[in-house]
Amino acid sequence: MRYPPMPGPAAVGARAGSAAEDSEPMHAATRGSWLMVLVLALAFVLGLTLTAPVSAQEAEAADDTAAQALLEALDVSSFSAKGEAIEAIVRSDDPRARDWLQALLDGRLQRTDDGRFVVALDNSGRQWPVEDALTGEALGEMSRRDLERIGINNALRNQLRSAIAVVDLYAADVGLRRASAERLLGEVDGDLAGPLAKVIEEEPDARVQERLIQALAIYRLEQGEFAAIDDLRGSLHPRVRVAFNRVLNSDDPALVDGAREALNSIEQMLKVNRAVETLYFGLSLGSVLVLAAIGLAITFGVMGVINMAHGELIMLGAYTTWAMQQLLPGQPGLALILAIPAGFLVAALAGIAIERGVIQFLKGRPLETLLATFGISLILQQLVRTVISPLNRTVITPEWMSGSIAINDALSLTLNRMVVLGFALVVFAALVLIMRRTRLGLEVRAVTQNRAMARSMGIRATRVDILTFALGSGVAGLAGVALSQLTNVGPNLGQNYIIDSFMVVVFGGVGNLWGTLVAGLSLGVINQVLEPWAGAVMAKIIVLVFIILFIQKRPRGLFPQKGRAAEG
Amino acid sequence: MQSRSWLMRPFGERSTLIFLAVLLAAMALVTLMHLAVPPGHSLHVSAYTVNLFGKYLSYALLAVAVDLVWGYLGILSLGHGAFFAMGGYAMGMYLMRQIGDRGVYGHPVLPDFMVFLNWDSLPWYWHGFDMAGFAFLMVLLAPGALALIFGFLAFRSRVTGVYLSIITQALTFALMLAFFRNEMGFGGNNGLTDFREILGFNLRSSETRLGLFLASGVALAVGYLLCRAIVTSKLGRVCVATRDAEARTRFLGYRVERFQLFVFVVSAMLAGLAGALYVPQVGIINPSEFSPLFSIEIVLWVALGGRATLYGAVIGAILVNYAKTVFTGVMPDAWLFALGGLFVLVTVFLPRGVAGLLSLRLRRRRDADASFSAKEASA
Amino acid sequence: MSILRSLASRDRVFDFLVPVESPVDVRHGPILYLEDVTVSFDGFKAINDLNLTIDDGELRCIIGPNGAGKTTMMDIITGKTRPDSGKVWFGSRHDLLAMNEPQIASLGIGRKFQKPTVFEALTVFENLELAMAADKRILPTLTARMNGEIRDRIDEVLKTIGLAELRVRQAGILSHGQKQWLEIGMLLMQRPRLLLVDEPVAGMTEQEMERTAELLTGLAGKQSVVVVEHDMGFVRSIARKVTVLHQGSVLAEGSMDQVSSDPRVVEVYLGAEAEEEV
Repeated sequence: MRYPPMPGPAAVGARAGSAAEDSEPMHAATRGSWLMVLVLALAFVLGLTLTAPVSAQEAEAADDTAAQALLEALDVSSFSAKGEAIEAIVRSDDPRARDWLQALLDGRLQRTDDGRFVVALDNSGRQWPVEDALTGEALGEMSRRDLERIGINNALRNQLRSAIAVVDLYAADVGLRRASAERLLGEVDGDLAGPLAKVIEEEPDARVQERLIQALAIYRLEQGEFAAIDDLRGSLHPRVRVAFNRVLNSDDPALVDGAREALNSIEQMLKVNRAVETLYFGLSLGSVLVLAAIGLAITFGVMGVINMAHGELIMLGAYTTWAMQQLLPGQPGLALILAIPAGFLVAALAGIAIERGVIQFLKGRPLETLLATFGISLILQQLVRTVISPLNRTVITPEWMSGSIAINDALSLTLNRMVVLGFALVVFAALVLIMRRTRLGLEVRAVTQNRAMARSMGIRATRVDILTFALGSGVAGLAGVALSQLTNVGPNLGQNYIIDSFMVVVFGGVGNLWGTLVAGLSLGVINQVLEPWAGAVMAKIIVLVFIILFIQKRPRGLFPQKGRAAEG
Repeated sequence: MQSRSWLMRPFGERSTLIFLAVLLAAMALVTLMHLAVPPGHSLHVSAYTVNLFGKYLSYALLAVAVDLVWGYLGILSLGHGAFFAMGGYAMGMYLMRQIGDRGVYGHPVLPDFMVFLNWDSLPWYWHGFDMAGFAFLMVLLAPGALALIFGFLAFRSRVTGVYLSIITQALTFALMLAFFRNEMGFGGNNGLTDFREILGFNLRSSETRLGLFLASGVALAVGYLLCRAIVTSKLGRVCVATRDAEARTRFLGYRVERFQLFVFVVSAMLAGLAGALYVPQVGIINPSEFSPLFSIEIVLWVALGGRATLYGAVIGAILVNYAKTVFTGVMPDAWLFALGGLFVLVTVFLPRGVAGLLSLRLRRRRDADASFSAKEASA
Repeated sequence: MSILRSLASRDRVFDFLVPVESPVDVRHGPILYLEDVTVSFDGFKAINDLNLTIDDGELRCIIGPNGAGKTTMMDIITGKTRPDSGKVWFGSRHDLLAMNEPQIASLGIGRKFQKPTVFEALTVFENLELAMAADKRILPTLTARMNGEIRDRIDEVLKTIGLAELRVRQAGILSHGQKQWLEIGMLLMQRPRLLLVDEPVAGMTEQEMERTAELLTGLAGKQSVVVVEHDMGFVRSIARKVTVLHQGSVLAEGSMDQVSSDPRVVEVYLGAEAEEEV
């Protein structure tokens, strides 16, 4: 049995949040009663912190002798005797029990020459700082030669872990109780079952309670109790599945059938889970594609300009994020948020430079534009290699974006991907609004449809060109900021996305933002669906070939522009 | 002016005769300076340099193939590296089979990488490549077949312009990913290498290198003549007509997609031939030849030399690759800057390339060469 | 010999649809016949239940305000646009809706575009050479040789369109009017049964217009000619029968005088002109 790593604050917060949601239907039909529960819980916690020291002192006065006896029982050579002694400690209800057991597990519970039990706070080096196991009094440093360790073996280690779990069930901290309930799954034995039932009744936290019920049910299932199946139904925890599988060998046919049926339903749910997970990863990949392609949809689709340096504008956005984090050390989150406008600005300025410096001279010659901007992409890549480094840079993911949201025992969705997905949708919505609702959007559409006419109506077409290109490039910068959270930030970042981006735009139908959204998301999902079946590289090849064939069938993409204007 | 047979027509052109004369003179000079001038003398051309020149000549043939479709048909293929690489792989497969049981693992039939992957027999598509004739045929047929299928689909549905460029790029990208896979049976990442001999000649000997150089020169001359014959025929004029006004050409009764397909396939085969000459000279073929970067670089050679001239493509290929050799030797970091800068400078300031500069000097009023659309140059 | 050639010709490989090379059958009536043709772009009906017949050897003018569907009609006849419904027959044997542009062109329908489209990178002579009626498959085109007969025909057309002096010049340097003529010359080289001419005199001087009128009326009788034109003076000078298109269907048909006194036509034209002036 392994300890799960300490969850970070973000994850705990997230858990707490979803726990609150879980328990809501039970507790509160109205907001008022929900509040009352909160107040009560607060009072309970406050009360505990005030009363705990007092009761500890009382216990100390009364039970020191008994405690010494409990520990004495550990100092025997027989491991089975030690096991009984551990049981005794657990049953003693001594408030210090958890610390003793933990120290014993870590090999820090020691006995001095004069028979006193001490706990080493740090057992590295020769001199160990120790404190008295009974009084908690600091005893300064002691040489490890003067100490004798209470030894344990692997069987005892396992026993200790579940023992600690049980002890933790009484802890005031809900996080500790949760972790302990988690550990108890599949570890409940006959001795634990009785006390556990009592604990379940008293447990205020619904999630802990549910876990404990499952833990107990696994034991009951092993004992052949048919009703336990109902308590385990719907749980996707791997240990529950292990328990069911074990029961399949049982002699009781009803139990076997029940277990089989439960397993089937679990399998069904897992299938749904996997589908949801594939969909999530697909949408996540799709959102990246959409972000990378949407800027292109503007410059290529709306202006008809082929910008092969688009990928490098994405790269600039990613490097801007990195640079912001260098400027604001220790505040990766703030840097990331500031990088959004900064990345937009940097890429937009670079875009304006490209438009003014090169593209304006190549108007109406799309193939030459393609070549020239490809040259620019080479220069930008090499510039980054020379000025910054040919190696990948690390961009830190802020705490509020790391971790994941656990939907159930078998499915958790990583937070950074979710944030990027949301970000992509926001950027998309903003762009649609800009094109539909603003003066700039109107002018862009006018210039696209009939440049000469637009000019004669007083629209400054050159200015519109610059602004459109800046907008498309800026969005590429935003894509870079988002990508810095998902992939390595290096000089080749942009190169990896340029072909995909063009594919998305062409697939969706040039000049159509919605087409880009649909194409990006669906290509992402298709890719993920194919991946387990064909492998990552093959999936990509299949998608590429699919698009190549698709364009033959519908040269104007999913959502073509129709009519005479499109022919021109 | 058009009474000769189409194949003989290029010999009546001054530009073609000059080109052939320069090419043959260069080949003779290099041969002479390699064989007759003793090593150590400042005029001696080493086997290494001969090899390098041979590589340039195979690149030049590739550039001619690209110019045929881009210059005269208006199809900017960003995937010609794929045809080049396929020809190269066909040649590489022949060279691999020539190794026989002298590989590291000493297997009589299987190339080393297959033994390494624990394969117990040759995949079906490797059969026949032990025969030179079959392999050399495949050098032309494999890229030709790919071009035929791809072109048939693309031209039939009238995918043109930028769209075509983008999907040709996607094509070569997809092939690169595919060839990176070990399961494809082409040596994966490492490609095919450790060749020993070609047609019984040791690949490492300087005589073989000279022979390959001369073969590349001859292939370039033949390829050039073939392309010239095509572009000076009525079919060539149909191509130019298609390039400048596709719809008009259709309304005249020409099945534009078939002309496009014909020229595209011819061009792909020439590219395959170039790849087949390239591989024995560099001693390796791996999936990086499929990379979109390489394909787009070929286009730069043509653009720099001057499109729709054919000899411009040759000049461009040699100039850029010579510059690449020099730069990567002296200051490797600067090469990509130079290459990128070239892309921008050529397209913005030199739309007719070096050939455009030349023809300003040697301006002949009326030459099919200078058929660069006035509209395109000025727009 | 011809069997050998067709075997050697690579484009035969895909030739599922080799056009039936037969003279257009006009014994049973008109050379061009459109019935109930409808086409719409994004819900807008560019052509709406159009019915039109052109007789063999007729010179027909088609007029109508902007957006009446004149150019779209030509697109349909030449195979560039597929109608949503309706029938289009060339003579009584050829269903044009089952063919593509080159097939239709090789049947003998020639088209001049609204915007003059010539091959600017080629010489005037070469433009005519490409247009000439010939075997237009790949190998014959590749191996085609120039001979005296061909040269004479091209020279003849060059004289007709008045560009004999400019024969070796690139078509790109021609003036707008010269390009119009070159395009008409290309049509003549095709020896079509039916010519579709879209705005032949746009951008021409008075003098050039007169010559064009002469040219077109000279053609009629031997060939059928359909002229779409805005210039009423020009139409009046050549037209025997005029068709007025409005909103994608025929509004009126008859002689120029009949048509111009039709109150519906007057209303449409005045209305359209009034709108244009706003």
